[in-house]
Amino acid sequence: MGKEMKYIRGYPEYMRESIALVEKTREKRAGKLPPQMTMDGREEVLNLCHPDYAPGGKRAISIGPNEGDIAPNEVVDLLEAWSLIGMDELDLDNIDYDTDILIIGGGLAGTSAALLADDSGVATDRILLTNKLRHGDANSIMAQGGTQAADRPNDSPIIHYIDTLGGGHFTNKPDVVKALVEDAPKVIKWLSELGAIFDRDEGGNFTELSGGGAARKRMHACEDYTGLEELRVLRDEFRNRKIPFLEYSPVIELLTDGDRVTGAVLFNLETGEYKIVRAKAVILATGGLGRLHVRGFPTTNHYGASADGLVIAYRAGAKLRDMDSMQYHPTGAAYPQQIIGLLLTEKLRTSGAQVINGKGEAFVFPLEPRDVEASAIIRECYIRDNGITTPTGMRGVWLDTPLIEIVKGEGYAQSAFPAMVRMFKRFGIDMTEDPVLIFPTLHYQNGGVETDPWGRTNLKGLWVAGEISGGVHGKNRLMGNSTLDCVVFGRRAGTSTAEYINSGEPAGKMTLEHVKRYNKMLKGARIKTDRKSPMILPDYRGKMALARMIDVF
Amino acid sequence: MEEKSVLEKIAEANRPVTTGIDGRGIENWVTIYIMGRAYKVPADLTIMQAMEFAGYRFIRSCGCRAGFCGACATIYRKEGDYKLKGVLACQTRVEDGMYLVQIPFAPAEKATYDIDKESYNGAALLKYYPEIARCVSCNTCTKACPQDLKVMEYINAAVRGDFETVVEESFDCIQCGLCAIRCPAEIVHYNLAQLARRMYGKYGLVEEKNVKKRVEEIEGGKYEKEFKKVMGLSPDELKEVYVDQQKTREVY
Ligand SMILES: Cc1cc2nc3c(=O)[nH]c(=O)nc-3n(C[C@H](O)[C@H](O)[C@H](O)COP(=O)(O)OP(=O)(O)OC[C@H]3O[C@@H](n4cnc5c(N)ncnc54)[C@H](O)[C@@H]3O)c2cc1C
Ligand code: SF4
Ligand code: SF4
Ligand code: FES
Repeated sequence: MGKEMKYIRGYPEYMRESIALVEKTREKRAGKLPPQMTMDGREEVLNLCHPDYAPGGKRAISIGPNEGDIAPNEVVDLLEAWSLIGMDELDLDNIDYDTDILIIGGGLAGTSAALLADDSGVATDRILLTNKLRHGDANSIMAQGGTQAADRPNDSPIIHYIDTLGGGHFTNKPDVVKALVEDAPKVIKWLSELGAIFDRDEGGNFTELSGGGAARKRMHACEDYTGLEELRVLRDEFRNRKIPFLEYSPVIELLTDGDRVTGAVLFNLETGEYKIVRAKAVILATGGLGRLHVRGFPTTNHYGASADGLVIAYRAGAKLRDMDSMQYHPTGAAYPQQIIGLLLTEKLRTSGAQVINGKGEAFVFPLEPRDVEASAIIRECYIRDNGITTPTGMRGVWLDTPLIEIVKGEGYAQSAFPAMVRMFKRFGIDMTEDPVLIFPTLHYQNGGVETDPWGRTNLKGLWVAGEISGGVHGKNRLMGNSTLDCVVFGRRAGTSTAEYINSGEPAGKMTLEHVKRYNKMLKGARIKTDRKSPMILPDYRGKMALARMIDVF
Repeated sequence: MEEKSVLEKIAEANRPVTTGIDGRGIENWVTIYIMGRAYKVPADLTIMQAMEFAGYRFIRSCGCRAGFCGACATIYRKEGDYKLKGVLACQTRVEDGMYLVQIPFAPAEKATYDIDKESYNGAALLKYYPEIARCVSCNTCTKACPQDLKVMEYINAAVRGDFETVVEESFDCIQCGLCAIRCPAEIVHYNLAQLARRMYGKYGLVEEKNVKKRVEEIEGGKYEKEFKKVMGLSPDELKEVYVDQQKTREVY
């Protein structure tokens, strides 16, 4: 691209030509949607284009409790890797923090767990929450669309239950789903009573919207800052109660007595020191793995979403499930370069935005299940070749956002989607006037560490809650069920660990026996690698700078 | 050579975003100054991406990377300009001649209170954050806010005990701290606003009836029988119920 490109209201001239085609068909399309795909049509496009189903990119895990299970290469690479710590490197006898309950990760799940443990009679100073970065640098804070709870008169927990199972292709754990949907209204009430402000209508009732795969409107939102509002309220409450916490202190390994989880090793990101925590119960709430960039996709996830919890739990012997299934969100930003992969909430589509190809045609029903919608967009761009290529070589299709105000009335986009409008405005684009370019992006880890309705795992002393857990969503999560899952099972894990502590469970011996055992398995399986895990943070340093870095100090 | 698969093509197109930029084939460059040192970086990057390009691997001042968490508060001044500007590194494009410093968080006081025991009036805001009365209306906070919020207005509203205005004007606050580090009256705007919003959410809104009723119904065991029934269905029966239910879908 030798010539200086001309930009008009944020878009290069050649993209404007395609926008003109979108504008031409807009009025005719308003209020009219293309037909939903047939079951066969869905299957065809999934097998052709979905990163989970399309050939390549994954392999069987060769050691550990899930030996033989299929997972993406990026995940298996971290599982089939050595510990960051050498066996004789640590002094485990000098305990830096002695606590009853150690909570790892302060998103919605971890923070809820801390509050409920505190409510349930565990001494406040016997709880410790540790964070990789700051408390709140998490996927939770970015949730835009909303949180599901079946509380309207025409809805019921039963309907929510069936939606969730159907959405998960009936692979979910039924008893865990029951807990999810039954606690949902309670969670919304709890958050409201703590002062969280959910959108209301004039009569004071919650404004609730639909979501892909949900048969009723049950999405509770706070504009498009739902996660921000939920988490900042919980975090404020957490701080009021003076629950001990650490920041910039990721956990890099669990400690066990061989079987039972008894503590953890922390790493001080600022100084490079390790710290030893002794705990009678450990709750892992470390969230997801978008920063592994599975199959080379960009991601919506925060900087620290790197599967750490999953990896160290597996090394300690925890069972995983459904790790073959990732969620790709159909509408990630594809342009401009500064925001590639960032999320454009599904709520834009439930509010009227349509998905349009480069010729101005609506080629897919906008509210197919996420996996189907994402696959159809990939097909349109790479097989049917009806996408638009950006100056940096990305392909994408349009999300026709100006339709929102045609459907919902003028001013609606600004009031319902301030975060989205603001983001595009920062890069020179007015999404209320112009469509925005989208392409699927890695969004969510559907599976994880297997849990029961109380967050318990197959390991004594170890609980999990939130995105790290597996079972509740089966192989596909519905919009709005994840923030819900975090608060529901965070709370349950908090209560359950408190019960365990209150029953007088003594502290256990702290060793790295499980790591030794794991190392043996690695050798036994003849895995030759110098990979180490967990990853802690991704590395986006420029190639030119990296090539000249030396380690002298 | 075999043709690349669709997924290989996608991975290739995304490589700069997923692994770091190699700098080849980029036409437009700018010079920025990080910790006083000059770096030449591609012009199409955010400040955050540009610092990574320059060789930084963040262990602070980087969180959501999407404008939601406030971790990446950054101040800069441009060559030849007297103005000090506050922005989010993840949401701002680099410009030639930026002198940058990052502020991972602002050391700030947060009041400790029991939300269940507060009485709902403006006195509570002044009790916990008396310094709001010292606002000199200089409007610096508003100018400093990367979310373009009317920060001074919500502080003034708080002094008046006008909760609704505080909520409305502060709702999109991501607690980045850029206002607080500039305020001559040393007010911690975002903590004050947090208290006001929680009080409004708890006391200023009517109790939502649907959710209250549904919680009572669930706790009273209303759905137990039906749960037993659906949980006892065979996979085929369950699928049928699901398909029928999807036909009754509420959309817009
Ligand atoms: C952009 C976006 C939008 C979304 N929108 C919605 C929505 O509208 N509705 C919905 O229901 N869901 C939504 N989701 C999904 C949902 O927000 C997340 O799945 C959920 O919040 C995860 O919460 P969590 O507490 O499990 O993990 P997180 O919120 O990610 O918190 C995990 C915390 O653990 C920390 N951590 C990680 N590793 C370590 C370690 N080694 N040591 C210590 N700490 C560690 C992390 O830094 C992080 O702070 C969205 C997700 C994203 C990314
Ligand atoms: S009000 Fe203050 S803390 Fe909140 S976003 Fe604006 S500058 Fe940041
Ligand atoms: S910066 Fe401080 S003193 Fe100035 S208007 Fe804002 S709150 Fe008032
Ligand atoms: S990193 Fe979260 S706002 Fe920039």
